[in-house]
Amino acid sequence: MKRVLAFFLVTSFLVISCASSSTGAASNSPAQYIENKGSDTIVNLALAWAERYQVVHPDVRISVTGGGSGTGLAALINNTVDIANASRKIKDEEVAEAQAKGVEPLEHIIARDAIAVIVNPENPISELTLQQISDIYSGKIANWSEVGGEDRPIVKLSRETNSGTHVYFLETVLRLGSKENKTLFSTDTLLLPSSEGIIAEVRQNPNAIGYDGLGYVPDDLKMVAIAKEAGGAYVLPAIETVNDKTYPIARDLYMYTNGEPSGVVKEYLDWILSEEAQTIVADLGFVPVK
Amino acid sequence: MEKSLNWREYIITRAIKASGYSAIVFVLLIFFFLMREGLPALGEVEPASLFNLRWYPIESYFGILPLITGSLIVTIGATLIAVPFGIGTAVYISEIAPRWMREILKPLVELLGGLPSVVLGFLGILVVSPNLRILLDLPTGLTAFTGSLLLGGIAVPTVVSVAEDALDAVPRSYREGAWALGATPWQTIWRVTLPAAKSGVLTAVMLGVGRAIGETMTVMMVTGNAPVLALKLGSLFSPVRTMTATIAAEMGEVANGSVHYHTLFLIGIILFLISLTVNVIASSVVFRAKKRAERILS
Repeated sequence: MKRVLAFFLVTSFLVISCASSSTGAASNSPAQYIENKGSDTIVNLALAWAERYQVVHPDVRISVTGGGSGTGLAALINNTVDIANASRKIKDEEVAEAQAKGVEPLEHIIARDAIAVIVNPENPISELTLQQISDIYSGKIANWSEVGGEDRPIVKLSRETNSGTHVYFLETVLRLGSKENKTLFSTDTLLLPSSEGIIAEVRQNPNAIGYDGLGYVPDDLKMVAIAKEAGGAYVLPAIETVNDKTYPIARDLYMYTNGEPSGVVKEYLDWILSEEAQTIVADLGFVPVK
Repeated sequence: MEKSLNWREYIITRAIKASGYSAIVFVLLIFFFLMREGLPALGEVEPASLFNLRWYPIESYFGILPLITGSLIVTIGATLIAVPFGIGTAVYISEIAPRWMREILKPLVELLGGLPSVVLGFLGILVVSPNLRILLDLPTGLTAFTGSLLLGGIAVPTVVSVAEDALDAVPRSYREGAWALGATPWQTIWRVTLPAAKSGVLTAVMLGVGRAIGETMTVMMVTGNAPVLALKLGSLFSPVRTMTATIAAEMGEVANGSVHYHTLFLIGIILFLISLTVNVIASSVVFRAKKRAERILS
């Protein structure tokens, strides 16, 4: 009972103190808040960073939420977050929309990410070219035997269209990075709302092919080595192959702020590029920027 | 003294009246909101494009037919599963089961009705879909049928509890009359009790259908969400994308006021109209059944 009472006292004190800090005159009041929202690809990394940072700086509170790159950028445009996480570059329309609302998005590259193409371990296929993957997802290739595998139908798995990973995969793999290429996902591609959905299906279904961030692929699934062109070298995704740019499906990850960051947000972003924070990047299967 | 009593009476009756009318007000407000947000889509998207067979909004393909057929096929499948099971269970609980069994079954069915749909979705992904794939030798277990099975499971408790109430309300004398004429228990149920409870049972079915068509989370998790036009019987065993899953998956990301946003609301209007139609049909059938019953009795 006493403990409950003490808890209420502490929480009410916290509520009062943050209420007074949000009214604003004192900028070095005990609790400072950073709102961080966006890409689901980055969310685990951002959470790990926030946890570590709050241990070193107990006076800073960082709240991290996912929802997708577009969600984070929309929140930045509406000026409801301090930092938006995005796994794609901000679009020109989004910049225009932001400027109309008086927000100046500023880009920070905080890590690199590779997309791994995954299949069930029972599937004998271990190498594909970008063109073959494109043909599989656009529906031109419908059976594993056409790429040298068993006689099984191919079940294509993709993230939902609101995922930054989906857009990136469409542009880099399906359309092979060409702007004139208007290839689309075949309509029978399964659009799953989460990484976990894709992983669960690939794990139990030998017909399936899926893609996901390198950081999310568990050890019991098989990653496919990919060649940029037919006849080129097949490269497996790994930290080294992403950094030396031999693995073809890799990208930069971004954080966006409203204008040049200042105060706690600037300190946090500086820390993110430090060696300590970039070790966490490697621990989570992403690729450090330096 | 008396005056203050009148006052209180006045306030209380007015308050009750207001809460009664509020239902109408809310439905109208929701309807107007849907119309305001959804109708602009009809002007922004060409009708030909709206009846296109591809739904890929980030490249401005707004074909809604695959979504409509997806919702319909999942709902029809769920109804075909939920109605026989639900009515069967209701008949068993109300007509056949001994009292102790009834006292176990009823709360259990209600518990099933309270199960969060996300939990059922997990069950679907991890247990139902892998086993269905192996059992039926399908390319993938994430199909309309998987959705139908789980939605059927969600709709069964609704059907059972409403149908059971309806059967319970049939006067005991009806059954006694049938037995006295030498009817077997089955004949009594099929020819007397069920027809007497017809309007309640129909309401149960319609509520079950409504529950199935509006369900979102479970279908989003297990139907695979591939926007393929589902017209053949075989489509039941391939992935589909429903209207509810589309709205749920895409609404969070869409820019306020864009064509995509308006189209998602248009889908909302279609969903609204479908459940309105189901309700109107249900109540007109019930109304006609009541009229006939009155004519027979008079």
